[in-house]
Amino acid sequence: MTEWWTYRPADFLMFAPDTYWRLFELHNAAWWPLGLLANVLVLALSLALWRGHERAARPGMALMATLSALVAWGFVWRLYVPINWGAQALAGLYALAALGWVLLPGAQPGARRARAGTLLLLMATLSWPLMALADGRPFVQAELIGLAPDPTAVAGLGLLLHVRPGSRTGRGLWWALLVLGVLVCLISAATLGTMDQAQAFAPLAAAAIALGAAIRRRA
Amino acid sequence: MEHPNPRGLSRRTVLGLGLAPLLPSLVPPLALAQPASAILQRSIASTGEAIPAIGLGSWITFNVGNDPQARARCAEVVRAFFAGGGRLIDSSPMYGSSQPVIGQALAPLGGSVPLFSAEKVWTGSAARGPAQIEQSRAHWGVPRFDLLQVHNLLAWEEHLPMLQRMKSDGRLRYIGITTSEGRRHDELERILRTQTVDFVQLTYNPLDREAEQRLLPLARERGVAVIVNRTFREGQLTRALARHPLPGWAAEVGATSWAQLILKFVLAHPAVTCAIPATRQVAHVRENLAAARGPLPDAAQRERIARTIGAL
Repeated sequence: MTEWWTYRPADFLMFAPDTYWRLFELHNAAWWPLGLLANVLVLALSLALWRGHERAARPGMALMATLSALVAWGFVWRLYVPINWGAQALAGLYALAALGWVLLPGAQPGARRARAGTLLLLMATLSWPLMALADGRPFVQAELIGLAPDPTAVAGLGLLLHVRPGSRTGRGLWWALLVLGVLVCLISAATLGTMDQAQAFAPLAAAAIALGAAIRRRA
Repeated sequence: MEHPNPRGLSRRTVLGLGLAPLLPSLVPPLALAQPASAILQRSIASTGEAIPAIGLGSWITFNVGNDPQARARCAEVVRAFFAGGGRLIDSSPMYGSSQPVIGQALAPLGGSVPLFSAEKVWTGSAARGPAQIEQSRAHWGVPRFDLLQVHNLLAWEEHLPMLQRMKSDGRLRYIGITTSEGRRHDELERILRTQTVDFVQLTYNPLDREAEQRLLPLARERGVAVIVNRTFREGQLTRALARHPLPGWAAEVGATSWAQLILKFVLAHPAVTCAIPATRQVAHVRENLAAARGPLPDAAQRERIARTIGAL
């Protein structure tokens, strides 16, 4: 690309905001009530972890692997890629995250980052579905875990902060998953920001919380 | 592209044979509903063929994915576009799902509309060009394209000879080259001076007037038709202007909206052949087409339009 410095993020936005939000409406309708079920399961996971039942993290990892794969294929590949060819990479990132969750189950639960993790899980389950209403969009366009990328990524970051890698390889995988989660949140924030959507701050805040908690732990 | 009607005769053939009185029995009602004579027509310099001065772009607006409701709305826009006398529809492989959406909109119209199909080749690989063009053609569902343009000058050195071969083989009627938002104008100027193309596509509106300096005069001098994109800066301009009342003097040029005032400014430039505003609303496509009817601003009025819009 020549004269690359003349391009703005908006030059790469190839769809209208209403087209983007309509994807969630169509997806929610097609997969109903899977989104609600996934949200309830992750909410239950959040409450279990918040109350100290850290063994819940292990089935949570299997759930997160399934939901990340569903997002990669069901939403990003089937619905988002047709309006945004750049989203092929995003589908790849969610597929990688799914693989990472499959490989991670050797990790041990650990409570040191529980508060930040629980906060992220609650954001993903309770705040994200309401953002459509807050933005003046119909509730049928709500972003639900397992169907929508952002809350799934944020829930993944929340769960990640509840587990402690049991080996050097596990720690590497843990950080890789964290970087993946942060990366997809930043991509989403950039996309929403370019679309002039107020909720662009939400994935940005989630990424900052996850990264801050992870760095604090490392220190 | 002259689409044959269901009985095998194109609209142009029918008219050329003096069979216009038979049109009611040959052409479906949609084609007859076109007030084509009322729409400003501009000639393509290389052949003299006339096309309506308002076309239909598809960047962003027609990229609606697999949403059946949104696709139906796009089809309504396309139908209204033809019913209002439009012909040229422009798209690109870069525009996501726009090509299949156009194809879906055209399918029920069959060959009853006088489509002028303007597509692009957009790949850095010369070898992939023909396959991409074929895929685009399949999306549109047309036998061939009227115009193929090298999108954003990407690999133009390789694509232009290929397009020229297609044209000389009769698989294409016109070739062109595009840019947008004022990028690479120096290179575009060099291409216009050294290559033979039928069309150039560039950005031009009351705020983006760089093309007036060299490109528009050069296109006129070289006999190259000009398609104007981003007349409304992807809607930013009309959205910003919507907060302000339309000046009373807009009526002097027959404009009833800011969009029409902008389009009339663009069309009043003698080098401009066709503007391609994109929309997903039937009311807007009608409003855009109406800009090609009635008077156009003179030089002083054009300056007034640019000055007024620039100050808001």
